[in-house]
Amino acid sequence: TRSTLAPRFYTTGAGINTLLYVEHKDGSISGATLNALTAAKKLGGSVTALVAGDAPESVADQIAKFQGISKVLTAKNAAYTHSLPEDIAPLLVEAQSKFGFTHLVTGHTAVGKNVFPRAAALMDVAAISDITGIESEDTFVRPIYAGNAIATVKTSDKIKVVTVRGTAFDAALDGEQAASTESAPSAETLSLTQWAGEEIMKSDRPDLGNAKRVVSGGRGMKNGENFKMLYDLADKMGAAVGASRAAVDAGFVDNSLQVGQTGKIVAPELYVAVGISGAIQHLAGMKDSKTIVAINKDGDAPIFQVADYGLVDDLFKAVPELTEKISK
Amino acid sequence: MSNPLRIFVPVKRVVDYAVKVRVNATKTDVDRNVKHSMNPFDEIAVEEAVRIKEKSPKTEVVAISCGTAKSQETLRTALAMGADRAVHVEVKDDSTLQPLAVAKLLKAIADKEAEKPDLFILGKQAIDDDASQTGQMLAGLLNWPQTAFASKVEINGKDLKVVREIDGGLETVATKLPAIITTDLRLNEPRYASLPNIMKAKKKPLVKLTPEDLGVDISPRLQTLKVEEPAKRVGGRKVENVDELVDKLRNEAKVL
Repeated sequence: TRSTLAPRFYTTGAGINTLLYVEHKDGSISGATLNALTAAKKLGGSVTALVAGDAPESVADQIAKFQGISKVLTAKNAAYTHSLPEDIAPLLVEAQSKFGFTHLVTGHTAVGKNVFPRAAALMDVAAISDITGIESEDTFVRPIYAGNAIATVKTSDKIKVVTVRGTAFDAALDGEQAASTESAPSAETLSLTQWAGEEIMKSDRPDLGNAKRVVSGGRGMKNGENFKMLYDLADKMGAAVGASRAAVDAGFVDNSLQVGQTGKIVAPELYVAVGISGAIQHLAGMKDSKTIVAINKDGDAPIFQVADYGLVDDLFKAVPELTEKISK
Repeated sequence: MSNPLRIFVPVKRVVDYAVKVRVNATKTDVDRNVKHSMNPFDEIAVEEAVRIKEKSPKTEVVAISCGTAKSQETLRTALAMGADRAVHVEVKDDSTLQPLAVAKLLKAIADKEAEKPDLFILGKQAIDDDASQTGQMLAGLLNWPQTAFASKVEINGKDLKVVREIDGGLETVATKLPAIITTDLRLNEPRYASLPNIMKAKKKPLVKLTPEDLGVDISPRLQTLKVEEPAKRVGGRKVENVDELVDKLRNEAKVL
């Protein structure tokens, strides 16, 4: 399998045996899982993927081909369909106990955040959230205080339960050879909660968390209708659309578009902040973007302190002009 | 009208959300000699519990905080918002108090009570450690259902229905009490405590406990080796107009 290549790059992996929990929806692997795989490989040692669901086979086949995966475990049970933590956490515990995993890794997403701390508590170990760096097998780097400080933490626990900030690690690459697949050990499913439905925002634009370009609007957009200007600009650039908390709270756009400490963390190549003042909580979600552009009529807005290119102008004039000039 | 419930609301005293934190001189923590207040998500949790109580007046709302003596200020705030009584688990230094230890303390308090709580409502994360773990850990330790990141809560007898904020949209889950809820920003708008209520809160009962009383080992599992400032961005450049912006993005940043 591809995992035989891993020791060439990472020489510290003796005894390290990592379980990657694969988040998936509608037959597709979550982008954050592929970033988490890169982090898992960085630990050295072997990486086993766990795919749980009512029909895990096709996702198992997909993840098996990724470089660095040495084995895939499938847990087939309708109880796993919606990643409910009451059922997934005991499965992780069973898998750890059977295979002696030293590390459990997944993306710091809504699912990862929901499931992993529960699993950690069941194992009586700390959970280490939202890591942005790996110093060694027990020492991790993670932002605290909305990214205004960076902590390096060392765990004394034997089992490390870790969620990974997607934007801090590249996505793992697809390979050619497929790792072998076997069934995961069975765990009790208590089904303490029932999934009752979802409302997912449908969009043809790239996923906000993984997009190479992001156009975000804030309170300065004035209303939801005006966001059409940003959608037009985003479509011209092949960008995802995000928003500040102010824009979400004012009802201009859906909650799931919020960028910030308590929303999505993004780090695209280009982030265009339109009508966003740049509060601490918003900066926490985007200040690792490679190039930041700010368009705001208030030249003193804090967003300009982090912007590589700031344009002090009326957004209602500048955005349509930008859209037009980009297409040329 | 729903039945009266016993709701426990853990609250945390944190550096105020508007303070720009600075790493301390020894690079071991941030400077904590700044304004503190109740964690914003916990205010939302208290508000939700008080709203449930307003619909069903026999409901009891118990605010709990684990931390130094100053956590009592945070508990008084919760009492002023409408909680009935408070429990303070006092520790000398809360900088090493971690989510697993807090979850164990909360479970021990629930176990100690003559009558168990029906519901814990916690914030989805504290804005200092940004961990987003305590509610999920507590649910695991109690083996209760968890409905994290709630933006809408409906309770009908022992039935609980919660709309959760997930990546890409919303999800609805249903479960039975006892259960754990963690609050997202959109759940409600917390009230301000009025002056008369702040005065009344001073007379509400506040029980003090220690981790030893509860038989919980709070020693940290994670040791913080260092705390650093994040890499500084060199921003602040302005362009004159859209033409210059497009030119810079194409030819200098090469991102278009």
